[in-house]
Amino acid sequence: MFLSRTSREKIIRRLFFVIAFVSIGTLFLIFLFLVLEGLPIFKEVSVAQFIGGHYWYPTSDPPDFGIFPLILASLAVTVLSAAISIPLGVMTAIYLAEIASRRFREIAKPVIELLASLPSVVIGFFGMVVVAPFLQETFNLGTGLNLFNAALMLAFMSVPTICSISEDAIYSVPKELKEASLALGATRLETIVKVVLPASISGISTAVILGLSRAIGETMVVLMVAGGAAMIPGSIFDPVRPLPASIAAEMAEAPFRGSHYHALFATGIVLFLFTFCFNLIADQIAHKYQQTGAATL
Amino acid sequence: MNKNIKVSTKNLDFYYGSSQALYDVSLTFPSNRVTALIGPSGCGKSTFLRCFNRMNDLIPGSRMTGEILFDGQNINQPSVDVVTLRSRIGMVFQKPNPFPKTIFENVAYGLRVNGIRDRESIQERVEESLKWAALWEEVKDRLHTSALGLSGGQQQRLCIARALAVKPEILLMDEPASALDPIATQKIEELIHELKKDLTILIVTHNMQQAGRVSDFTAFFYMGKLVESNETQKIFTRPRLKQTEDYITGRFG
Amino acid sequence: MSFEVQSSSPLTLERTAPMDSSQQAYQARLRRRKTWEGLVFSLFWGAVAITALGLFIILFFMVANGWQAITLTFLTEAPREAMTQGGILPCIVGTVCLALGAMAFAFPIGIASAVYLSEYARPGKTLRLIRLGINNLAGVPSVVFGLFGLALFVTYFRFGVSILSGALTLGAMSLPVIIGTTEEALKAVPNTYREASLGLGATKWQTIYRVVLPAALPGILTGGILGIGRAAGETAPIMFTAAVFFTPSLPSSLFDKVMALPYHIYVLATAGTEIEATRPLQYGTALVLITLVLGLNLMAILYRSRLRKKSR
Repeated sequence: MFLSRTSREKIIRRLFFVIAFVSIGTLFLIFLFLVLEGLPIFKEVSVAQFIGGHYWYPTSDPPDFGIFPLILASLAVTVLSAAISIPLGVMTAIYLAEIASRRFREIAKPVIELLASLPSVVIGFFGMVVVAPFLQETFNLGTGLNLFNAALMLAFMSVPTICSISEDAIYSVPKELKEASLALGATRLETIVKVVLPASISGISTAVILGLSRAIGETMVVLMVAGGAAMIPGSIFDPVRPLPASIAAEMAEAPFRGSHYHALFATGIVLFLFTFCFNLIADQIAHKYQQTGAATL
Repeated sequence: MNKNIKVSTKNLDFYYGSSQALYDVSLTFPSNRVTALIGPSGCGKSTFLRCFNRMNDLIPGSRMTGEILFDGQNINQPSVDVVTLRSRIGMVFQKPNPFPKTIFENVAYGLRVNGIRDRESIQERVEESLKWAALWEEVKDRLHTSALGLSGGQQQRLCIARALAVKPEILLMDEPASALDPIATQKIEELIHELKKDLTILIVTHNMQQAGRVSDFTAFFYMGKLVESNETQKIFTRPRLKQTEDYITGRFG
Repeated sequence: MSFEVQSSSPLTLERTAPMDSSQQAYQARLRRRKTWEGLVFSLFWGAVAITALGLFIILFFMVANGWQAITLTFLTEAPREAMTQGGILPCIVGTVCLALGAMAFAFPIGIASAVYLSEYARPGKTLRLIRLGINNLAGVPSVVFGLFGLALFVTYFRFGVSILSGALTLGAMSLPVIIGTTEEALKAVPNTYREASLGLGATKWQTIYRVVLPAALPGILTGGILGIGRAAGETAPIMFTAAVFFTPSLPSSLFDKVMALPYHIYVLATAGTEIEATRPLQYGTALVLITLVLGLNLMAILYRSRLRKKSR
């Protein structure tokens, strides 16, 4: 080695610096290639027609490329699943962090992490073969593969994300604050509601947003259980076709670099932007309102 | 005599899991007096202090036997409601621990959880408590700013005001000045003098001079046992036991 | 030191609220507060129970319906008779190839990124930007990763639908997991180690290479296991980049198409010609995938909790 120690150190440092940019580079490439493959569709339809169009018939002649029903489906599925997963996830988190015994918590936390790692295709499969027939019989529906089923399965997938991150936030509220509240004669519930939750609200918001982001981008579940009809849903038991499902289901049949192919990439851009915004918001919240700890001197 | 005793313990034992932290402590605390609990780190004095408002209940696996008589009533029994108990026995902690809320809301907190809704009464009581804690003049113009913007000494007095707002009969102070500078410490000590007109105070301290300055009675703990207790004057001038003398004069600890 | 006491009888502590209400009113309010507490706490408990029940039901159905399908033949043979008979060996092999391939890319890059973040970087705009990138990469939907892989690896680099394309796509997706766990492991190495090494005249890199990384190795490996589990379970990223419904033989090069467990489940359950007839095979495949993924995660979790205990 002819390099001096210091110049070798410098080179190594640079090398690591460059590698650290791979993640951002990948993110950039993802966006770049989505745009490259997606833009050509806008020679055929305007952005407004694409986003606002009510009809998605990509294989008709002439084809219709309006993804409004798909966007609506994605939003409907996400909102409905959030209505289930946010209360469930946050309440579970509160129970584990504040009420459960230490032993219970030590067992339950890993179990929730395990739940988070269940492959989405398995949950989709479960929704198809178990939940769908059940819903169909119970509510006497045409099909059990519908918005409600998809929301239910998505909620099940986002509960662990929401719960696990919220639990960390709640658990890290300093003991001193809780003791101060209890010592003033507050009940445990009052302490949780008035002291613990306000102190951990930024962590909980981050958890919720990440959970929603995961739900809106989740593919296999909506592909398998949402029913697949590209229509504006009239009830929660209507079959729908969210954005990711549309991409995953149609890409295999879309002629390479045909309009349909480009339209699916453009759909990918929309989906990407949705989750990107969610993540930016989560990041901002986490960064701006860093958790207030014990008062320091 | 009995009327002058606010609270007392009788044969109090305390365990963390299988390790015993307090051995057979029997001690009385006269009304409107300051009693200092002294002793080296880990001697059990803080554990002892936290028995009075049953704060130790929060520690899994802890156990307490014996009696704590508060106005003649044993509070070491499951049927005693800790929420009520804690609103009658206030506590100030070692590190100032204001809530991340405004100064006003910090003091109002105890009132709100205790069911006071009326805005005027709350305002009145907040002002009264802050004055009582000798903080009013310093904060009256910024009641609605964050409590975390106060200095350490102010934060600690805010915590005292917060405890006082609920009108406790006893104030437990766990080394309340250990994290403060000498001037802030002096203010707290002066405050303690004032407060004992209205309350009974139990204070844990590491600082011998502080114990000498603020307390009327002193109890010396060592290895979970109560070694000696007496009027502060007597304990500091003529301790009965050599062990106490050694500690007070700084030969160990 | 002691004094005589009156024996204590009343069990309820007297207290009126600090603002003059009667003792009775106070007790009533206290009861109300307690009732609320009990009510809300049981609601919280209910949430836990529902979550646990959900997990239990899924696992129960998968195991109850899947275990009969799992035989030696099932695990060691290729599918026969248009998928209605035989086993899933090619899927297992394919998934293992894809997951390990993904790690071959993500592991070194992830570790290096984490080393930069935790050892070299100083707080500031650059660090914030990199973190933002990682967090956002973690949030990209899996199907978008699939599109990305299709456009970049399959088409632009002309790797075609192949193990290589799939592994690269999965690798990009697992990068944030690896970086996160590695960073945690590096942070857990006490600063005194670094100071001791630097104090002996070692350079920063020598310190990292000889002291910090070895100390963090177990934690880093945990991250690798989690990464494998994540990559093995994903479907959408490999749909357009690597996986096919059927291959006549096991893969022999990086440029071969493969069958994969998650994709196999999806196709059998939705697109096969005999969806009902292959139901047991679907359950069986799902059970194998669950066992693989949960097994890896369980391993990582147990290992990590043991590490944490030790380091305390």
